[in-house]
Amino acid sequence: MAASLQMAALLSAPSTPINPDKLRFGSIPVGRKVSNLIVRSDGRMMTGGFSPSARGGILIPSAVAAKSDAPASSTSSKPGHELLLFEALREGLEEEMDRDPRVCVMGEDVGHYGGSYKVTKGLATKYGDLRVLDTPIAENSFTGMGIGAAMTGLRPIVEGMNMGFLLLAFNQISNNCGMLHYTSGGQFKIPIVIRGPGGVGRQLGAEHSQRLESYFQSIPGLQMVACSTPYNAKGLMKAAIRSENPVVLFEHVLLYNLKERIPDEEYICCLEEAEMVRPGEHVTILTYSRMRYHVMQAAKTLVNKGYDPEVIDIRSLKPFDLYTIGNSIKKTHRVLIVEECMRTGGIGASLRAAIIDNFWDYLDAPIMCLSSQDVPTPYAGTLEEWTVVQPPQIVAAVEQLCQ
Amino acid sequence: MSAFSAVKILHAHPSLAVRSSAAESSSNKPKPSFPSSPSSPFNSTNPSSSSSSLSSSPLRGNRRRPILAVSSDVVSKKQQQRPPLVATPAVTREESLELYEDMILGRTFEDMCAQMYYRGKMFGFVHLYNGQEAVSTGFIKLLSRADSVVSTYRDHVHALSKGVPARAVMAELFGKATGCCRGQGGSMHMFSAEHNLLGGFAFIGEGIPVATGAAFTSKYRYEVLKESNPNGLDVTLAFFGDGTCNNGQFFECLNMAQLWKLPIVFVVENNLWAIGMSHLRSTSDPEIWKKGPAFGMPGVHVDGMDVLKVREVAKEAIERARRGEGPTLVECETYRFRGHSLADPDELRKPDEKAHYATRDPITALKKYILEHNLASESELKTIEKKIDDEIEEAVEFADSSPHPPRSQLLENVFADPKGFGIGPDGKYRCEDPKFTQGTAQV
Repeated sequence: MAASLQMAALLSAPSTPINPDKLRFGSIPVGRKVSNLIVRSDGRMMTGGFSPSARGGILIPSAVAAKSDAPASSTSSKPGHELLLFEALREGLEEEMDRDPRVCVMGEDVGHYGGSYKVTKGLATKYGDLRVLDTPIAENSFTGMGIGAAMTGLRPIVEGMNMGFLLLAFNQISNNCGMLHYTSGGQFKIPIVIRGPGGVGRQLGAEHSQRLESYFQSIPGLQMVACSTPYNAKGLMKAAIRSENPVVLFEHVLLYNLKERIPDEEYICCLEEAEMVRPGEHVTILTYSRMRYHVMQAAKTLVNKGYDPEVIDIRSLKPFDLYTIGNSIKKTHRVLIVEECMRTGGIGASLRAAIIDNFWDYLDAPIMCLSSQDVPTPYAGTLEEWTVVQPPQIVAAVEQLCQ
Repeated sequence: MSAFSAVKILHAHPSLAVRSSAAESSSNKPKPSFPSSPSSPFNSTNPSSSSSSLSSSPLRGNRRRPILAVSSDVVSKKQQQRPPLVATPAVTREESLELYEDMILGRTFEDMCAQMYYRGKMFGFVHLYNGQEAVSTGFIKLLSRADSVVSTYRDHVHALSKGVPARAVMAELFGKATGCCRGQGGSMHMFSAEHNLLGGFAFIGEGIPVATGAAFTSKYRYEVLKESNPNGLDVTLAFFGDGTCNNGQFFECLNMAQLWKLPIVFVVENNLWAIGMSHLRSTSDPEIWKKGPAFGMPGVHVDGMDVLKVREVAKEAIERARRGEGPTLVECETYRFRGHSLADPDELRKPDEKAHYATRDPITALKKYILEHNLASESELKTIEKKIDDEIEEAVEFADSSPHPPRSQLLENVFADPKGFGIGPDGKYRCEDPKFTQGTAQV
């Protein structure tokens, strides 16, 4: 067992609002983002790129998600470039494929079609048909094939055209992906990335609107992350590819066209860390993926009403970043979880349990959890809207919590 | 009238009655040919390769005899009637002794497993390979270290044939820390990175995609990474049973392997039974080798109780794969002398069927062959048997005296990168907590 540190380059994220015109569901301003503190492989921690504190020893130094210092200094603010979330994913993927020839992609329509959400567009022309492999429609088998390839030295990325299709690959994801490293006594590692769009879209119907994070979360040996902005999409994609663990990267169908300016220089995001979206004092709101934007929209209303919510995008669905979450709870003493997956057995349910286990003494109120209704997502637009958590509900929940 | 419980003859052609003498000529068998490769080695008229029932050309249309399901025993019975036209042995002396030793190793090991199980040294589900040794030895002894093997839960002998030391396998079965998987895998999950044994899978069919992936890597290394290998592509063998051949993953992987011409051989160990389910009761068309041509690859049927016949077919299939010509489906008709597992009362199989296959014990057959062709003497074979006995005894002693896994081992291999356990409330990665290395942390 080797505790291998991730090679990382740190950059502080320039805080830029997301261009509201580019959002498919209206304008949602986003607060300042916080730099991600990355652990360097030589053990040094870096905040904002400016005060490295050298740490001796070979233990993994603590990874701390800190608030950014005052406006990013000029040395770190190169202009950057603007792109959409799916382009950010592709950029991350392409950089990793350039860097390591063992990285390959397999999935349905990833090659010539360029990916159903264009994440792999152009890659097959550049890297060839074997490296960006168009598979037949056989999820269980090509996921298993990815696992076999990972065991024998490649670093495949398996795309589920829609995350829901990966239900067919559950056998391989659970038995082989998650467990094989353990049952082989550590002899084989599975550095696979399984990614794809999930979540409730625009009237896509029940089967194309599934949230699989709750189904996969019990699988031991698996890491799960959910991206929500172009910045963390690229960072998490790169981190997932470099990770020696099997990682499931959840993307959301409605977020692919988010536009943001991201740094020109190379960066990765830490897989296990949460992201501070908006610091606050009154209540901690924990969310991920698309619900982040509903929360931020509700935050606008809440600020006008005089509340100061602290919004954290947990990003790492398994394992939870208990440090960021805990620090927040110790400050605000109130927790609201806003998620898109089902109430029963969802990420929120696990998060609640983890918070109660670890931070019970700091709570002034019961943990509230807003999840989607335990209902197969209806096709009708009005019904679909009512299954998912909407900003007014979030506002009402915060008001209730803060009484 | 069927003599065996596993055999059901429908619309019996008079000359195909069970155990008929050689009236049935080979004229009813479709002439061998495989359209995509006119010089295919499977298109042999070499009488010494009389073992293979070759795939009939899809272009030739229907078979000439009515559709019936027969015990593959009947098919091979016909083959046994044909007298060998060539008297020279098919293997050298060294090869024959290697094969003999490997099969004796497999048999002795499995017998010892049974003993140890009933003495309470190992637990759970243990599936023994007695009777099927010819398949494992016939195929795996042709492989090099870099080639891969993927198996099922009946994997002890595949591990031994691939080169995993008997003591490592025995220690794994005893659940000791010195086992090949540190005691964490058990009987059904034998892995060896050193010997390229990729498992050991408990769910049937689950290993076939993994094998396909290993073959994909082999092709990828050659085509994308431009690694050269003077011997050709590294080959992967996927072993699985008759029951698995009704599973979706089997068909999906046949398709993908042929589509991309992956260097893989699909080896079906058809022992006619999936626990208590007879192959004929569960399969619409029980001739599994025919499913190969349906996907565009050669399908070959071979007598899996004869190690020399298996080896010959295996040689060709493996060479095909090495040359980059793609996969082959090989159906080995074989039989397990014991129940499905040590917990299986084995009440459904008729005694006469078992007795029949007992007469075709592959080890006895090879021994007879060796002695008849003067490849070795009786005492040399006895020496080999004694050597294996000693090796197995030593393996048991080693396993017995090995330590159980300590508590500290509990959390070590959950993640290749233990940062995957996440960040704890104190800001440090949880894996830095000493309770993780002690194995007492709550995960």
